[in-house]
Amino acid sequence: MKQVKCECGHVNPHGTAFCESCGKPLEERAGKTLLDMRYEGSARRSQTYKRTFIDQIWAFFSSVKVGVALIVITLIASAIGTIFPQQMYIPPNVDPAKYYKQQYGWAGKLYYELGFNNLYGSWWYILLIALIGVSLVICSLDRVVPLYRALKRQGVKRHPHFLERQRLFGVSHVSDLDKTMAVLKERLAARRYHVREEDGHLLAEKGRFSRWGPYVNHIGLIIFLIGVMLRSVPGMYIDRVMWIPEGETKEIPGTNGRYFLKSEKFIFETYEKGKDNEVFNAAIDRVGNGMIAKNYQTNVVLYKRVGPVIPGAKPKLEKVKEYPIRVNEPLEFDHYALYQVDFRLNEPKAMSFQLADKQSGKTFGTVTVDLYDPKELYNLGHGYRVELLSYFPDFEFDEDGDPSTKSRVPNNPAFVFKMYAPDRPKGEVSFVAIQQTIEPFGNNKYKMAFVGLETRNVSGLTVRRDFTLWILGVGGAIFMIGLIQGMYWNHRRIWVQRVNGELWIAAHTNKNWFGLKNELRRLLDGTGVNMPADQLEEGKQAGQGGQAHGHGTA
Amino acid sequence: MKKQQRLVMRTVILLVLLAAVGYTIYANFFTEKQAVAVGTTAPDFVLTDLKGREHRLSDYRGKGVFLNFWGTWCKPCEREMPYMNELYPLYQKQGVEILAVNVGEPKLSVEKFAERFGLTFPIVIDRQDQVLNAYNVGPLPTTFLIDKNGEVKKIITGTMTKADIQRHLESIKP
Repeated sequence: MKQVKCECGHVNPHGTAFCESCGKPLEERAGKTLLDMRYEGSARRSQTYKRTFIDQIWAFFSSVKVGVALIVITLIASAIGTIFPQQMYIPPNVDPAKYYKQQYGWAGKLYYELGFNNLYGSWWYILLIALIGVSLVICSLDRVVPLYRALKRQGVKRHPHFLERQRLFGVSHVSDLDKTMAVLKERLAARRYHVREEDGHLLAEKGRFSRWGPYVNHIGLIIFLIGVMLRSVPGMYIDRVMWIPEGETKEIPGTNGRYFLKSEKFIFETYEKGKDNEVFNAAIDRVGNGMIAKNYQTNVVLYKRVGPVIPGAKPKLEKVKEYPIRVNEPLEFDHYALYQVDFRLNEPKAMSFQLADKQSGKTFGTVTVDLYDPKELYNLGHGYRVELLSYFPDFEFDEDGDPSTKSRVPNNPAFVFKMYAPDRPKGEVSFVAIQQTIEPFGNNKYKMAFVGLETRNVSGLTVRRDFTLWILGVGGAIFMIGLIQGMYWNHRRIWVQRVNGELWIAAHTNKNWFGLKNELRRLLDGTGVNMPADQLEEGKQAGQGGQAHGHGTA
Repeated sequence: MKKQQRLVMRTVILLVLLAAVGYTIYANFFTEKQAVAVGTTAPDFVLTDLKGREHRLSDYRGKGVFLNFWGTWCKPCEREMPYMNELYPLYQKQGVEILAVNVGEPKLSVEKFAERFGLTFPIVIDRQDQVLNAYNVGPLPTTFLIDKNGEVKKIITGTMTKADIQRHLESIKP
């Protein structure tokens, strides 16, 4: 392994820009350009060893350019994913292939064919995110280790070439060097600098921990990504939808049949004038009385299944608790949470008809048909009875023109009744749908007259269990700590040295040069030491190019 | 020496990262989202048929079971029903049962449907969607082929021809 020995005696790794200890530039370049202080001139290892296959992969991921490219590609892809709605937001009962074409023309067709309809769950999108994670880990490791090493090993006494090539640099002649040094040392310490002295030279440093900010931030980000990754581990993350009508008891999906829920009632309330506080009156007037939602609530009873879970068997249930689920007030149990997210008001539940004589209008009793589980026979007494021959919950005529049902949901119920009366012992058949009656076998004497519809409300709940949330929280907190650490503190260093009877001052900060200059001004005020010049600014003013050094923030 | 160490270190870190990325991709795209996968034991269930008789899947151990999820409104289901009905007596003798699970429709609708096609195999109704949830059935019809050991051999979604059904019934003969 090639190593470079500096004239100060320190041995530096190959690729180091300037000596870790004394700061003497190791790669002499023409002219007196400013030193690039990024990563303290340390040799990023990935850039020096590229021999094996592993090293090459390492070098690839450690490149910030690659990292930025990955982020830009992900950003562009994410943006494209918002052009048209994702598949989960289109109506559930349509064919996505047709839907995108119908709604958005050829662009929609292309969108669908390229798979952008499911972008955020596609393998390549997840791979991109994962690669960003890999890049983060390797970039950070590849920089933080050498940086730590360089900052730890930095010597107090620096080579004159190092000093004169700093951005802030000045030479002064003072009458009493020792006294001035002593004053400066005292003032630096008073300004909370950590001052080290060696052979009468000073190195004052503060805020070094701010240099770790970006890496702390990256650790937070990586923990966050690990949390996201864990969501795909079975059992760690459950996100299911549950529709439950009033009065029904249903298995809670995602609980493997262990929990059941009964909905007692769904409540939808609005703000009404007169009933609510007067402060709302102006808003109610503007939007309309009873138009502003006040409360969505499902009163539920939670049951736990006792004994073995056998799907389909009538479960033995044990009441756990009653709870009103409201928006942002979920029912919580066993790490699960049930949230109020949706509702459907007035879903048909049962329909009532009267058997009536078409001419006289005389009625012979009421038939109530449960739309979810209708009976077949309805005996009305006195020789009158009704038989339900066919039931179509979601009625339509199929391709052959036969009556059929579109689904099992009673959106548009239709019935075929056979009505028996003492004077019609063989019965009369009547087809009854909403707003429509057909008598397939000629004129009937009797009819089924619609008398009422019984409705109920249906609640839409989300079943959520998330064991990754605290990991995301910890990751997010560390992310913020790192951000604050790197943003609100600066790493400032001031070198004060005696060189040939002169006082040399050089200063460096990783950000906020304005602040550093102010601090120097106050520090040097009245000491007879000249304020160091900003060589970068001077260079710009003199119109000399070639000094555009990236005084980075790492 | 140090170089050797570094190479080992890099290799280990890269392997850990590769494992994490690999697992994420695998878990998201290559594991069956269905709760019931081919090769696993079919979850047991108990449901009642139209005649009031209870059917428990585990009681059919030793026989092949052709488990068909269907709905009366589903036209593809309707198309394959007569074929299943035709082949049922022949294969019942050879130890293969056909069990049709209706997805929670009114008993009346199911009865009328069974009458219309003269269906003879047992039809059970999953009123609370419990079995539907346990098998995570999406589109209808979905058929699970279960062998004599209770193991799922194949999962078929979509309608089948008579030849398909015969082939599948043949494949789960004990």
